[in-house]
Amino acid sequence: MKVQNNKAWLMVLPMLLLVAVSAIIPLMTVVNYSVQDTFGNNEFFWVGTEWFQEVLASERFHNALQRTLLFSALILAIEIPLGIAIALAMPRRGIAVSFCLVLMALPLLIPWNVVGTIWQVFGRVDIGLLGHGLASLGIDYNYTQNTLDAWATLIIMDVWHWTSLVVLLCYSGLVSIPEVYYQAARIDGASRWAIFRFIQLPKIKRVLLIAVLLRFMDSFMIYTEPFVVTGGGPGNSTTFLSIDLVQMAVGQFDLGPAAAMSLIYFLIILLLSWVFYTVMTSLDNDATSEQGRH
Amino acid sequence: MLRLANIARRVDSHNALEDISLELKRGELNILLGPTLSGKTSLMRVMAGLDRPDSGELTFDGESVVGVPVQKRDLAMVYQQFINYPSLSVYENIASPLRVAGLERHEIEARVAQAAQLLKLEPYLNRKPANLSGGQQQRVALARALVKRASLVLLDEPLANLDYKLREELRAELPVLFAELGAVLVYATTEPSEALVLGGKTACLNRGRLEQFGPTLDLYRDPDTLMAARLFSDPPLNSVALNRDDGGLRFEGAEQAFPAAVTAELVSELPATEAGSTLTLAVRGHHLRLGPDISHAGESVACESLIEIRGTVDVTEITGSESFVHFTFMGQPWVALLDGIHAFPGGASITLYARPHDCFLFHTQTGNRVRKLGGGE
Repeated sequence: MKVQNNKAWLMVLPMLLLVAVSAIIPLMTVVNYSVQDTFGNNEFFWVGTEWFQEVLASERFHNALQRTLLFSALILAIEIPLGIAIALAMPRRGIAVSFCLVLMALPLLIPWNVVGTIWQVFGRVDIGLLGHGLASLGIDYNYTQNTLDAWATLIIMDVWHWTSLVVLLCYSGLVSIPEVYYQAARIDGASRWAIFRFIQLPKIKRVLLIAVLLRFMDSFMIYTEPFVVTGGGPGNSTTFLSIDLVQMAVGQFDLGPAAAMSLIYFLIILLLSWVFYTVMTSLDNDATSEQGRH
Repeated sequence: MLRLANIARRVDSHNALEDISLELKRGELNILLGPTLSGKTSLMRVMAGLDRPDSGELTFDGESVVGVPVQKRDLAMVYQQFINYPSLSVYENIASPLRVAGLERHEIEARVAQAAQLLKLEPYLNRKPANLSGGQQQRVALARALVKRASLVLLDEPLANLDYKLREELRAELPVLFAELGAVLVYATTEPSEALVLGGKTACLNRGRLEQFGPTLDLYRDPDTLMAARLFSDPPLNSVALNRDDGGLRFEGAEQAFPAAVTAELVSELPATEAGSTLTLAVRGHHLRLGPDISHAGESVACESLIEIRGTVDVTEITGSESFVHFTFMGQPWVALLDGIHAFPGGASITLYARPHDCFLFHTQTGNRVRKLGGGE
């Protein structure tokens, strides 16, 4: 029997207010901009869906979107398997555990713009350790001129910065597996792969979903690091959606198209996150019932 | 046959196992009885090959298996926790050891079907373990051990995490299920009653040492050491120190000696050289009776041939058909298990009687039995 208790609304009210101020109101402001045009003087004209059509049809948007999708795909393809592998290799007992955990947490503690600056300097051919080292080995590396080098720098930087997050999430799932499971598997004669596939993976599946979602959303919205390191270049080769958006809104002051683009951007992230979530949760249909018991 | 000879193993500088020698035969149920941390699991891990003994020899059917890795051994193990592969269906779980062994498809199907039928899992074959009750989850784990047809089956407190009713049900089925395998079956438990119900042979373990090994009933009736008697008593074994001098046998600190008939029955065969050493008298709770006129096999036994125990009641627990009377005797906590309802108030004085025949006598220093009295179960 359901009991109606309206007091519950009182409990969620503070949170609702907070979300309204921090998310809904700014979002509605953007919606407001996206359907109007302005020439300054606080004068606005209704343009309907014109900006949306313009953004969706523009080659500039398509290119930025493709670059961003490629970047996210590469990030996920590298960081998720690498993170799982490192988590599996980490010790489970002893002082080595704390040492590894601190080591893993270090990159996560560094502010994003600092990470960008570190790598920008690190990769410079004249003074950077990486850039200069590669140059002295005879490798022609220059992230300000070569597209491939710029991409490689950004991806290695992100892997260095964020793989730890995947490691820590997976590790937390792995340590919760009782020792007897491994024992039982050994007695069964299960292979290393079978132990991973049937004991470890089912246990880390849920945290892995969170890791994938976080890494996808974050890499899809990446701004600070490429802005600091490459500034979107060389040419437009590392101009991701976020960088493009800021250029449009702040650089060109095209508030209407920029607002329309942000909304499209937001919807794409929402849609893709939903797809990830649905696919990953349906991979194991009784994920919820399992959670209910353990 | 699994033979353990002088097995010893140290863990973190204390002896997990100390000089254990056992011979476990195929087709027999061997019970490891002992409290938590008595070395049951350590011993099983050595038997399984999960741990290497520091010293000693382990042979199976005459061949040494000390160095053989777990994967190569022909064994199955079931744990206190319900260990199944969470992402696999019940069917796949049961089939998993057979798939690893590379059996043919129809053979796997036949064996899984048979095990599922024996363990009443047929309706659940397509479910995931997490969607089953605890008892069913453990049945899946047992089925996995069963289908493997291993020559060594280790059951480490398999029923401990089940509720009382499921435990009784599975306990009755277990020996039957594994009897046909012709395997060496080892079953660890902390409960004396479980060992008695299961029968077979029992090895009493205490602090990594083997106290006694033998047929379960013999061990219960006729323990060799005070510790074995303690391990095999539930409710706890009652014990009291005795003094022996020229005046006869008496409770330590008591003025009056036992009646001559009692003393004669208790110490008649005690070698003279051991006179004067301190002794411990032990008696199980259900051997204590309220009235002196206990009729035994139709004969009424005279008061003069009984040991009288006067104590002060602490608390009485009544289960309905039985009453557990906890009382203090000679400064020791004792418990009497009496038939029917006996509501003694706390602080009341109580007089109980025990037949010398039902008592065990041990050397206090060594803990060894003074002489076999041939208990009267």
